[in-house]
Amino acid sequence: MTAATIFSPSTRSRFPGFGLSLGFTLFYLTGIVLVPLLALVLRPFSLHLEDFWTTISAPRVLAALRLSFGTALAAAAIDSFFGFIVAWVLVRYRFPGKRLMDALIDLPFALPTAVAGIALSTLYAPTGWVGSLLADYGIKVAYTPWGVLVAMIFIGLPFTVRTLQPVLQDLGRDLEEAAATLGATRPQAIMRVVVPMMMPALLTGAALAFARGVGEYGSIIFIAGNLPMKSEIAPLLIVTKLEQFDYAGAASIGVVMLAASFVLLLALNGLQVWAAKRR
Amino acid sequence: MKKTRSATDDPPLLRYLLCGIAFVFIALFLVLPLMVVFSEALATGLGPVWTAITDTDSLAAIRLSLLAAAIAVPLNTVFGIAASWAIVKFDFPGKAFLVTLIDLPFSVSPVVAGLIYVLVFGRQGWFGSWLTDHDIHILFALPGIVLATIFVTFPFVARELIPLMSDQGREDEEAALSLGASGFATFWRVTLPNIKWGLLYGVLLCNARALGEFGAVSVVSGHIRGQTNTMPLHVELLYNNYDYVGAFSVAALLALLALLTLALKSFLEWRYADELAAVHRH
Repeated sequence: MTAATIFSPSTRSRFPGFGLSLGFTLFYLTGIVLVPLLALVLRPFSLHLEDFWTTISAPRVLAALRLSFGTALAAAAIDSFFGFIVAWVLVRYRFPGKRLMDALIDLPFALPTAVAGIALSTLYAPTGWVGSLLADYGIKVAYTPWGVLVAMIFIGLPFTVRTLQPVLQDLGRDLEEAAATLGATRPQAIMRVVVPMMMPALLTGAALAFARGVGEYGSIIFIAGNLPMKSEIAPLLIVTKLEQFDYAGAASIGVVMLAASFVLLLALNGLQVWAAKRR
Repeated sequence: MKKTRSATDDPPLLRYLLCGIAFVFIALFLVLPLMVVFSEALATGLGPVWTAITDTDSLAAIRLSLLAAAIAVPLNTVFGIAASWAIVKFDFPGKAFLVTLIDLPFSVSPVVAGLIYVLVFGRQGWFGSWLTDHDIHILFALPGIVLATIFVTFPFVARELIPLMSDQGREDEEAALSLGASGFATFWRVTLPNIKWGLLYGVLLCNARALGEFGAVSVVSGHIRGQTNTMPLHVELLYNNYDYVGAFSVAALLALLALLTLALKSFLEWRYADELAAVHRH
């Protein structure tokens, strides 16, 4: 390991395993993650770049990208709003069944997405428990873009709650007290004092939920109906192109989605730096 | 006995309102979907559930899922330990970047995770023709399923151990080393006992995701019934064949596994809170 040579001999001799642990880490990371990702990134360059643009600017692809990104953004906003309320209830109130509710928040993490998909689809179908109630008012959720939204809300919820919860826990109450002393009503204190202080956590949770929603596949395809131009998400289009052996087309959409992941990851790192500065 | 409300307690009306919103939201999006799984599976009684789960193809799917997890989870565990050891115990340039790269698989779409292996090992992929010439099957076979599973569960253990080991510092290991313990003995006798509950927590989450992964595995599996169908893929196949009882029976099995995971996770958070990374203490 050439990297090891820059350290003072004392650190290295006292503490063992640097070469082995870093060597294995880099080897495994490169083999499993980096080289295959490189295969994706290089793929559009092995063709004519015009083909890449033709694929990406096809109306069906644009519609799918718009649906994935737009709906994920809406789901992240909804998850942030309700996630804040759930986190608030879990941190500030005591009530029976609180531990159960807390454990249940992680269900979307633990439940396989295919199971979530068929369950949500059955529940929100016109014959389902919730879907039949909504059908009375002429609202269709399953097999429409609304179904995509429902699945994305489900899958993103733990990200917002689990990001907000520890921050809310550590939040001192002195500023809220000050606001109350100065005559603010309780809702005013929450909206004007607590929410601004929670902004970094709110944005981080929303970004995580958004990232998950954009890439989500399993829970969505069952409930979406998958109509081209209407309720077809971008990851499904990748799968469709692969099934037609259109590797280049699949890779082109894949590169766009990967680029979005990178941008989000950078934004998240930036958010963390911002949050650390404010603390 | 009347308690006076402090300035930072919410008035009862607000409290009921917020609790009500939270309960309805969680019921609609978490509780009802879970109940649907079991109610649909048991729609015609317990007998058909048993028949669906003990069907040859279902058993093959269960075996394949367990096998893939049994390979992927230990590999990612070893990786997680090695990566957190290197990252926490030493300083080196590019460390923050390395941590970001380890987290990367979390923000990549599962479908993209499957796609990258198709581009490497597929017929038109980098090694496609070489693999065909040598009759080696990676895609549409166990190796591809394992690779996709490893990718999507890549950061779980490392992510759990890095903050935990950072909290613990390196004094314990330094003491053991100064007393003459070998590097391996120090890890085995000092580090491992310190991190065992955090490690178990990471392994638990890694395993749950490994058994449940759908998108990535779906792309590389080829969906050969009884051969390359994992449990989640088998659920899809049964559901698309309108065998709802069968689909929900296998789904119920997966849901039970998920509930077991959540129960164990909550237990660890409650019983061994001090020995987990600080973010899980509540």
